[in-house]
Amino acid sequence: MAFLQIAEPGQSDAPHQHRLAAGIDLGTTNSLVATVRSGVAETLPDEDGEHLLPSVVRYTPDGVIVGAAARDAGVEDPHNTIASVKRLIGRGVDDLKTLGDALPYRFVDSGSAVPRIQTVAGPVSAVEVSAEILRVLAQRAEKTLGGELTGVVITVPAYFDDAQRQATKDAAKLAGLKVFRLLNEPTAAAVAYGLDREADGVHAIYDLGGGTFDISVLRLNRGVFEVMATGGDSALGGDDFDRAVAGWIMQQAGIGGDAAPGLLRALMDKARAAKEALAGRASVPVAVDLPDGGKWEGQLDRETFNTLVDPLIRKTISACRRALRDAGVTPEEVKDVVMVGGSTRALRVREKVGEFFGTEPLVDIDPDRVVAIGAALQADVLAGNKPEDEMLLLDVIPLSLGIETMGGLVEKIIPRNTTIPVARAQEFTTLKDGQTAMAIHVLQGERELVSDCRTLARFELRGIPPMVAGAARIRVTFSVDADGLLHVEAEELSQGVKADIEVKPSYGLTDEEIADMLKSSIEHAGEDLEARRLAEQKVEAARVVEALQSALAADGDELLDGNERERVEAALDELRRVAESATDAEAIKRSIGALEKTCEFYVERRMNSNIRKAMAGHKVDEFE
Amino acid sequence: MAITLSEAAAERVKRFLENRGAGVGVRLGVKTSGCSGMAYVLEFVDELNDDDEVFEDHGVKVIVDKKSLVYLDGTELDYGKEGLNEGFLFKNPNVKDECGCGESFTV
Repeated sequence: MAFLQIAEPGQSDAPHQHRLAAGIDLGTTNSLVATVRSGVAETLPDEDGEHLLPSVVRYTPDGVIVGAAARDAGVEDPHNTIASVKRLIGRGVDDLKTLGDALPYRFVDSGSAVPRIQTVAGPVSAVEVSAEILRVLAQRAEKTLGGELTGVVITVPAYFDDAQRQATKDAAKLAGLKVFRLLNEPTAAAVAYGLDREADGVHAIYDLGGGTFDISVLRLNRGVFEVMATGGDSALGGDDFDRAVAGWIMQQAGIGGDAAPGLLRALMDKARAAKEALAGRASVPVAVDLPDGGKWEGQLDRETFNTLVDPLIRKTISACRRALRDAGVTPEEVKDVVMVGGSTRALRVREKVGEFFGTEPLVDIDPDRVVAIGAALQADVLAGNKPEDEMLLLDVIPLSLGIETMGGLVEKIIPRNTTIPVARAQEFTTLKDGQTAMAIHVLQGERELVSDCRTLARFELRGIPPMVAGAARIRVTFSVDADGLLHVEAEELSQGVKADIEVKPSYGLTDEEIADMLKSSIEHAGEDLEARRLAEQKVEAARVVEALQSALAADGDELLDGNERERVEAALDELRRVAESATDAEAIKRSIGALEKTCEFYVERRMNSNIRKAMAGHKVDEFE
Repeated sequence: MAITLSEAAAERVKRFLENRGAGVGVRLGVKTSGCSGMAYVLEFVDELNDDDEVFEDHGVKVIVDKKSLVYLDGTELDYGKEGLNEGFLFKNPNVKDECGCGESFTV
């Protein structure tokens, strides 16, 4: 069953051509996918109602696990469970020397520039690991939307260099996704808050995620964001908060730095849980199982936590100060500060940021989801689901463009009001056995019948290999470039024979003529409906006649005696006569029904004869 | 001639219109093309056209152009859910035949 969503005026799609698009926030700790449905942008939950997908991939001999199940297995299987891979993507072997010590992975000394991690499933690169995460998110979106994605917008930190951006694109490609564009995370956040629709001014985006910190200073100038300055640290985030807390636990519990990777990871998990709990409470209990079988228990209060993380927050504030200086603005000139990233839930962060900018930070949209929501809004625009006034200057096609199909009907390929440039393709097939050519009649207009529309061009596609009716696949592509030039191409898909033509569709039509064509399509809606039904039935009758004739030619003599053949042919002639003269669709339909009834015995015999032929020369037990 | 909305559909439309912050109602329509003849149109409406008919049900304005009304008369717009996927459904008594997915139909 197809569920429909409400589109923007004039933006609904032809069936099976939905421009489904999603925004993906590929995060260090968690990833999200969001989309716009019926005008509302929201992140999509999985079957269990979870929106956040932990960016953790576990390789096992039986396959790949992504998400919470992988994260939970991290303690027992640290070498094969890869977390925070965003820190590695696009990084070279040399870069890892600064990061590698803190990571519990076994790197393969491959000699290549791209570091690979040894897992039970073989060595994997950061691009491959990221692709696994993207694949899961895309699948979730496709399941939710009930169709294939046309494209995605993936967000990256403003700090990502070309190599990291390219690696992210490669990961998307590996996951089978088309990337409309990579979008900087701060811009996505600003879009999510609708700051692009507000008065011109300066905004700061403070993004403290799991693994990256970004501060961006944006100036909105007549609806367009200019990046005035960016700053931050691509290796500072909530993970470091956790590490600071974990360090405190190790110190308190007397655990050395040489502890097993499994224990280190368990400590990180405890630290994160304690940090999150502190957003709602003044003090939380912490308990750790020690390697010697003992147990350590303690309390982490907000004050201690603040002392642990203040040096990290100070680092972010200095980065903010630098970014403002680069942008040449004072903290007072910043109108809004948007808070992004789960770590901005920590009250201490909000407090310090508010203090520095002298304004209450924006926290209304879930800081974990805000980037994905902005990306979804952007993806929706790029997929072409927004009306023209919300996009760049675009032109529209004044009247629908289509081609003639059997029975003098017009099949619209590009509907009117579609923004250009545009390209749409549709497949057609042959109506007769052995048909080797097809006439393409390009038409313009809103009416159902060829005679009521305007001819733009005619051309022929020749050299179609002879096949039975309906087997050939001819793809007709209409493309209209930015100058309004229509290019029509027909291609036979098995052999690749092509023919094409170019026309200017609006040539010679005045505005009044276009208006008249639209008006007549409305006035004649009722009779067009009748005409369409009649034409469709005529085509159906022709198809039945054609099929029966070729059947008779093939085995009519063999399966029918003279008498029977006469009866079948009489019914066939009757249908031909009715189809030719009828002005009423029902009469043709009745006549087709009558012919089918007359031929029932013949169809049955043909079927039996075919089965007999297929079974001849085989033993019965071969079919068991 | 009438077009109606189920209660569930009306609630959704109201919510979506509220979220959008603009629009007078929802447009139901048909256009030719698709794998079996006609396809449905479901859009927000900001401005009425001269040939539009307006129906009201459960406090929601349903706008249908005269050309589409021929194919849609008696239709009820419903809202359904199946697994992760959810959305609007056309319950159209004029339909003789649909393609497998119900996105297009013939009358």
